[in-house]
Amino acid sequence: MLSADPHPRPPIRVLIAKPGLDGHDRGAKVLVRALRDAGFEVIYTGLFQTPEMIASAAMQEDVQVIGLSILSGAHMSLFPRIMNELRAQGLDGVLVVAGGTIPKSDIPAIKDLGIAEVFGPGAQFSAIIDFIRSHAPAPSPSW
Amino acid sequence: MTAQDILERLRGDRRALPRLATLVENNDLRGLEALDALYGATGQAHVVGITGPPGVGKSSLIASLVERIRASERRVAVLAVDPSSPLTGGAVLGDRIRMMGRHADPDVFVRSMASRGRQGGLAWTTASLVHLLDAAGFPFILVETVGTGQDGTDIASLADTVMVVQAPGLGDGVQAIKAGLLEVGDVVVVNKSDQPGAGDTIRLLRSAFALAHPTTARVVPILATTAVDGAGVAELLAAIDDHAAWLDSEGERTHRREQRARTEVLAGIRAALDAKLQGLPHDSGALRAAVARVVNKEQSPRRAVASILAALEDP
Repeated sequence: MLSADPHPRPPIRVLIAKPGLDGHDRGAKVLVRALRDAGFEVIYTGLFQTPEMIASAAMQEDVQVIGLSILSGAHMSLFPRIMNELRAQGLDGVLVVAGGTIPKSDIPAIKDLGIAEVFGPGAQFSAIIDFIRSHAPAPSPSW
Repeated sequence: MTAQDILERLRGDRRALPRLATLVENNDLRGLEALDALYGATGQAHVVGITGPPGVGKSSLIASLVERIRASERRVAVLAVDPSSPLTGGAVLGDRIRMMGRHADPDVFVRSMASRGRQGGLAWTTASLVHLLDAAGFPFILVETVGTGQDGTDIASLADTVMVVQAPGLGDGVQAIKAGLLEVGDVVVVNKSDQPGAGDTIRLLRSAFALAHPTTARVVPILATTAVDGAGVAELLAAIDDHAAWLDSEGERTHRREQRARTEVLAGIRAALDAKLQGLPHDSGALRAAVARVVNKEQSPRRAVASILAALEDP
C-alpha cells in the first residue's frame, strides 16, 4: 500500500520575473521577501529575462502564479510577447499578475491580454497577497 | 497506468514531468502511483549530490558544470533545494537565477524545491524526485541541498557521487578534520579559487585528507574551481566521471545502492512517523498530561516520550 498523507495545503508556488532591459529589482526583491513571509514558495528569476526564459522557468517549476515586475516602460511591448509565449507552451492556466510603473491608462489593454491584475506604485503587499491567495489555481490539477 | 504509458506521456508533453514532480512533492496519490509504476525504470542515472556552506558558489558551479555536461552531449537534470521558513512555511528559491542561461535547451531540466520543514522527510521527498528524473531519462542528476556546514550528510544517502564545495577562508585545519560533511565527500572542491587564501585552503584540505584512515581505497581529489569563468570545471567533471568509473570497477556502486535503498526506506518510515506525529493535537489530553508530569518532575522527558509513543502505536 502507498502511504499517502497528501500535504494538506501545499504552499502556493510563485515565479517573480523581471522581463527585458530593466535593472531595477529592489521592488521585485522586496515583493519576493513579502511573499515568502506570506508562506509562498517564491522562485526569483533575476534580471533581464526574455519571454522564452520566463515561460520555460514557469513550466519547469510548475508554478501556479507568475508575477511580472517592470519599471522600464516597455510593458506594452513585452507583456503581449510573454502572454503569447505562455499560451504557446500550454501554460494558459497560470495566474499572471503585473506590477511596476505602469500608467493607469494602459491597464485595460493589459487585462485584455489575460493578465489578471496590475499593481502600481503604492500597492499594499496585503492586497497583492490576498489577490494571489484568492485567485491562484490549484497546484497541478492534472498531469 | 503502466510505466510505458507514463514514459510516453513524459516524452510527449513537456509539462508532464514538472506536473508529476509537483504531485510527488505534495504527496498526492496520483504522483505516488506514477512513481511506483516508474520505479522499475530507475537506476540508470548517475546522481551527484552537491553540498557545502551557503555562499560558496554551489549554484554557480552547477550552472558551469551543466555547460560542461551538455558539451559532452549528455542530458542533465538539476534539483535545487532551499530552506523553508520554520515560521511561515514560505521560501525563496534562488538557485535558478544562476541557471537561466539554458532555458532553450530541452535536455536541461531545473527544478527548485523548498525543504518544507521535513527533516528526515526531506531526504525522502528528494529521493522520490530523483527517481522520477532518473526514470524520465536523465543520465546525470545534480542535487543541490540546503547548504549546511558540518551537517547535511543526508545527501550521501541518495547520491552516487558526493561533491562537497568549500570556499577560501572558512576555517583552519581542525575544521577540516571534524566529523561531518567533509568525510562524506567523494570529490572536494574549493570554489572561488581566484580569491585570496585559496591556495592555503587547498593545502589545508589536502593535508587533512592525508590524515585519513590508511585503508581508504581511494584518494579523494581536491580541486580548485572558479565557477564564474569556468576555470577548473572541466577537471571537476572529469573527476566526477572518474568516480563513476571507480564505483563501477570496484563493485562499490552496488554496495552504495544497497545502502541507499536502506536509508531511503528508513527515511520513509521516519517521514510517515513525522506525519503521524503532526496529527497529534498539541492540546491533546495525553500530551498535556505528559508535559505536566515532566514539569512537576514526576516523570523524565524520556519516560514521557515513551508513554506518548506507546499511545500512538495503540490508540
